[in-house]
Amino acid sequence: MLERFSRFNWASVIDFLPNLGTGLYYTLLISVVGLLIGFILGGIFGLGRISKNKFFYAVSSIYIEVIRGTPVLVQAIWIYFALPLITGYNMASVVAGIVVISINSGAYIAEIVRGAVQSIDKGQHEAGRSLGLNQSQTMKYIIWPQAFKRMIPPLGNQFIISIKDTSLLSVILVPELMFQGRLIASNHFNAVEIYTTVAVFYLAITLSLSYILRYVERRLDVQ
Amino acid sequence: MITVKDLHKSFGDHEVLKGINCEIADEEVVCVIGPSGSGKSTFLRCLNLLEAITNGEVVIDGDNLADPKVNINKIRTEVGMVFQHFNLFPHKSVIENLMLAPMKVRKISNKEARKRGMDLLEKVGLAEKAEQYPSQLSGGQQQRVAIARSLAMEPKLMLFDEPTSALDPELVGEVLEVMKRLAMDGMTMVVVTHEMGFAREVGDRVFFMDEGVIMEEGDPNQIFTDPQSKRTKEFLNKIL
Repeated sequence: MLERFSRFNWASVIDFLPNLGTGLYYTLLISVVGLLIGFILGGIFGLGRISKNKFFYAVSSIYIEVIRGTPVLVQAIWIYFALPLITGYNMASVVAGIVVISINSGAYIAEIVRGAVQSIDKGQHEAGRSLGLNQSQTMKYIIWPQAFKRMIPPLGNQFIISIKDTSLLSVILVPELMFQGRLIASNHFNAVEIYTTVAVFYLAITLSLSYILRYVERRLDVQ
Repeated sequence: MITVKDLHKSFGDHEVLKGINCEIADEEVVCVIGPSGSGKSTFLRCLNLLEAITNGEVVIDGDNLADPKVNINKIRTEVGMVFQHFNLFPHKSVIENLMLAPMKVRKISNKEARKRGMDLLEKVGLAEKAEQYPSQLSGGQQQRVAIARSLAMEPKLMLFDEPTSALDPELVGEVLEVMKRLAMDGMTMVVVTHEMGFAREVGDRVFFMDEGVIMEEGDPNQIFTDPQSKRTKEFLNKIL
């Protein structure tokens, strides 16, 4: 086994690092932009899920259920291949990729936001309101800061899942890490070397993120 | 200061308040006693609309709380509330707890709010705890901070919802002491409490509530020594 392993030409990976670097760039670009938008969507629709406004609640619920109930791969293919047939407008694959990651992570983040906000003791809200703060001030100064702290561990989890999900975007021709890996491996027959390297790249991203999140968690834990 | 006329409150089919009538004057201290489930806390929470009024009138300083057009945020700035579980903001330091509402609602400056906050902490004997967080304080200290936080809005009326019920027995005294001084300073207070000693010593009047109405009201000494209603007698016999 070890002997077989050493038979592979690991040094050749170096030749493909520029291509893998490009892939890494797109993976990071789509992850960062997608999750940023996803966080905003999650904030909006998470609040929708606890809103007394029936319309806002209904829209939020439908969005979350539809996205959570369908596979990312299907969403990606639908948005890239099917949606243009309806709208008549073609999307660049990178844009489609960002859209997929945004709306997909947004639905999960919405549930994280809802859970965190609802986990804050009702007395906090009552204390704020009884001091004369209005609904949005109470939310902004009292509920949200406490809820945000509770969101960080599940958010970190979601970020890692979404980063790994970007690899599925290779099927809609987004030039990200997995796409580059497949391209190289099918042309040069070095599947073991390339896919191992690709896996290590993903691991490096997610481990760095875990580390950053642990740091943030420690920093925010004031007491 | 407060006029309550035929106040009803239902939660779904369950009617908790079944017609409360009372008048509370300026600078009066009213203690509300009664068995659990009698509607004491619900009554108190109707006085600052933490519970919506189902029927009837609650008029505070000329504003009818049952009027749907009433500006509830404005009324709440005049009506302080102290909770059984303190409900301090755990992510803010003690002084920040006191500064938040005056700055955001009364729009006073940071400096002014800090000064007012420190004066109040001084008053409740906790000035040295200003920079600590609520979780670092004992229950009694937390409740004193909560009282100071309410006072920072300079309310005309203070509501206390079983302020000592969640405290260890040895911490009850320090909170009652702060409330007593507040009463002597002329604050109008409505206090839902199980502390009969406090009701007797500090209260100007006692309401005995049962089954959603005020069964009996009167001078504390009269209520405790010579209760008129049978239910009041039974209740006092159980607890005294």
